[in-house]
Amino acid sequence: MSDSYTSDEMMTVAAAGTLREGAVCFVGIGLPSTAANLARRLHAPNLVLIYEAGAVGAKPDRLPLSIGDGVLGETADAVVSVPEIFNYWLQPGRIDVGFLGAAQIDKFGNINTTVVGDYADPKVRLPGAGGAPEIAASAKEVLVIVRQNRRAFVEKVDFVTSVGYGDGAGFRERLGLPGKGPVKVITDLGILEPDPETRELTLTAVHPGVTLDQVKEATGWDLAVAPDLVTTEAPTDEQLRALRALKEAR
Amino acid sequence: MAELMTLAEAVRNLVRDGDTVALEGFTHLIPVAAGQEIIRQGRRDLTLVRMTPDIVYDQLIGAGCARKLIFSWGGNPGVGSLHRFRDAVEHAWPAPLEIEEHSHAGMANRYVAGASGLPFAVLRGYVGTDLVDQTDTIKPITCPFTGEKLTAVPAINPDVTVIHAQRADRAGNVQVWGLLGVQKEAVLAAKRSLVTVEEIVDELAPVPGAITLPTWAVTAVAEVPGGAHPSYAQDYSERDNDYYQAWDEISRDRERFTQWLEQNVLDTAGSAR
Repeated sequence: MSDSYTSDEMMTVAAAGTLREGAVCFVGIGLPSTAANLARRLHAPNLVLIYEAGAVGAKPDRLPLSIGDGVLGETADAVVSVPEIFNYWLQPGRIDVGFLGAAQIDKFGNINTTVVGDYADPKVRLPGAGGAPEIAASAKEVLVIVRQNRRAFVEKVDFVTSVGYGDGAGFRERLGLPGKGPVKVITDLGILEPDPETRELTLTAVHPGVTLDQVKEATGWDLAVAPDLVTTEAPTDEQLRALRALKEAR
Repeated sequence: MAELMTLAEAVRNLVRDGDTVALEGFTHLIPVAAGQEIIRQGRRDLTLVRMTPDIVYDQLIGAGCARKLIFSWGGNPGVGSLHRFRDAVEHAWPAPLEIEEHSHAGMANRYVAGASGLPFAVLRGYVGTDLVDQTDTIKPITCPFTGEKLTAVPAINPDVTVIHAQRADRAGNVQVWGLLGVQKEAVLAAKRSLVTVEEIVDELAPVPGAITLPTWAVTAVAEVPGGAHPSYAQDYSERDNDYYQAWDEISRDRERFTQWLEQNVLDTAGSAR
């Protein structure tokens, strides 16, 4: 076990650890892509990576720098068009795990990547939806990886770009959303999971060295905490070596 | 039949003020040189369409060519924000920019409907999102067979679509391969189309998985080697990641951007870099 690692490394290793061997994973660029590629190098060599630019079964030997990086197409089992990715692979429920980032996330796991402030007169214009709304709707499960602070963790997002649990229990069912919704939110401080009854995101794990007060301070609502709160296992030397090698590969 | 033209001729003939223009390319094969020629020729009031507006759309918006943007994700891929796009939306500089906002799945299906000659497409998405309230081109529809509630989006039929491809022959048949995004659909949906290519060859050797756009489905072909730079053309060029990084700095500041535009686009005579 190593005691010298960053909170970002802790978060990435924890996120990688949630990906099951053999799962079919629709990956966003950035932190989700880093975690998914780390999982392939550690416990899940047969993780199937699908990128929205059209790569099905990508096996990059370095981190792609964008969603359409050449290394994705060159190492994929197949390259298909963007309409195909969304219509044939995502929409019918062939994706086990959708792996998303967020600019804002709220206590029911709804994600905003569109605007901060008013839509017509925004304080900050963000990139927009991309593939996320349909991933959030149709992937069997959704994982979210995001750094935890009060700017990102708000009681209610300014704009629902991608649906989590809406306004709580029963929301997804009423709308007929095919997927289960966000099952884990992995942050640099800990892990949140939806309460089985209310669907409110609840702190279920803190990373080593992180206090409960610290997590509450970084959350923009009165954070619910699981009675059986655990501490995440610290990253092993092997995990850190693999992550650092991955980030250095060019 | 596609006509072979220079880039300047093709833009002069095909792209008009007030047009709805799609320059497609999903990270790979982005028609950047053609976008910069549109800036050079001073087109105005364009409705720009693209799933992933990135650097070249930032340049078109910053240069004042656009009145409206129809899109699903606007960013500098792998780097961060598009500052000219943000400045237009947040502060109406250099002009207000109307936006019509979709998801990737919505945009892809709008092109598919356009290419298919249908008025709309159907998908199972958007429900529960705030996009539905902001975008008039997202409407609920009921399946006439099962009663399921779905979403309809109208076809996109651009006045002109511009793409970049690897090669064409002298008859104007175009061959394109690698990550193909939505380019085929965007060309087939358009009233007119321009394809810039890395090279014009006597004969198109077959490439596994490649798509051929026959000459009769394309309006104009222009040979523009490196016309996708800083994006890439598989088997011809690599993505110039340093350019994407550098753009962040250049585009943050209005003055710095304006100076860049004058030196690198407006003052350069015709064609690609």
